[in-house]
Amino acid sequence: MTERATDKLIEGLSQALAPVRPLRPPVVRALLWLTAATFCVGAVLMRWANLDLFMARNSDPRLALECAATLLTGVTAVIAAFYLSVPDRSGLWRYAPLPPLALWMATSSLGCLEYGMGWGPPGAHLGESLHCFRFIIMVSVPLALLLYLVLRRARPLAPLPVALSAALGVAALAAFVLQFFHPFDSTVIDLSMHGAAVLVVLALAGVTRRVLA
Amino acid sequence: MASESQSQQQEASWARLMRAAQGGDALCYEQLLRSVTPFIRSLSRRYCRDPALAEDVVQDVLLTVHRVRHTWDPRRPFSPWLAAIAARRGIDRIRRDSRIARFEVSDEAAYETFAAPAANQESGALRAAEAIEPLLAVLPERQRLALEAVKIRGLSVAEAARESGQSVTALKVNLHRAVKALRRLVAASDSKDEH
Repeated sequence: MTERATDKLIEGLSQALAPVRPLRPPVVRALLWLTAATFCVGAVLMRWANLDLFMARNSDPRLALECAATLLTGVTAVIAAFYLSVPDRSGLWRYAPLPPLALWMATSSLGCLEYGMGWGPPGAHLGESLHCFRFIIMVSVPLALLLYLVLRRARPLAPLPVALSAALGVAALAAFVLQFFHPFDSTVIDLSMHGAAVLVVLALAGVTRRVLA
Repeated sequence: MASESQSQQQEASWARLMRAAQGGDALCYEQLLRSVTPFIRSLSRRYCRDPALAEDVVQDVLLTVHRVRHTWDPRRPFSPWLAAIAARRGIDRIRRDSRIARFEVSDEAAYETFAAPAANQESGALRAAEAIEPLLAVLPERQRLALEAVKIRGLSVAEAARESGQSVTALKVNLHRAVKALRRLVAASDSKDEH
């Protein structure tokens, strides 16, 4: 490839120029998406969730902290995905969701320890944990599709970190929504199933990352 | 001090040209691309010592700039945005080269041509495809996919539609538009060559 070919390319690109609308700043785009997601999820929660039970559970500070950490993981991961999708923002954004993620994992694990590493209180068994697994996947996939649709506009140069951050965001948001339908504390099986569901969503994002480019 | 103000002037000029380019001003865009090419070239040489390969990276960067020009926020400086794209493409090049070096073996005999003209037709078509590659990247994605599948890889319209997830009608429309746009681009670059 010679400099002459570069000249030709510049001519070709200039002739093919069409006006474009610059993207809004990543934080604005992220907040718009989160607002839209809140409306969608909020409508579902208002219709089906037992809000009284949710409020009662959150009177326990550990459970309230777990919920807050889950939500914060989702929100920071979604914001990070938007920042990572444009070229000139810091790559350090990929680490932003890690502190709330660590807090989420720690508080969930603490819940398991409170049961003395048992396999759960009466009523919790694998069948319900599988329900949690299905729930996280089923909420994450449509949210991920909506998020991909918006992130794709930036045509990220490195799609993998964007896809993983987005996947972590929607999986954490799905896990937060799950709290409204989860009338018992996490057991070891629950926690494993939640973790497995998040990993499946991350793996799906890894496989489908090229959709973003 | 003087060089600092010079680089500030350059930054302001690039930002002004890019703002105009985002608005669709082709002349400003061409001026901008010509003005940033030496800067991109100097960055590319950090990643590729071979000048020909570095020029390859320059072209990759220019194509990427074109593809993602809407991601530059006019309220932010232009050079870091451009440098980030150049760095990304430089790293991609290094990765690609090391992957090729690890898994592929160079076969000089594969490039030999043969006495029978028919035997050379396939390699001729490949060379033609390589020549239009930079121009293909300019096309919108769906048009590019349609053209690559049908005209370069020789798939049927139905196969290409299935593969790209488009309906047969949409694929035909995209193919037609791609051929028209490509013809225009080739004609433009040929007429420039004659001058």
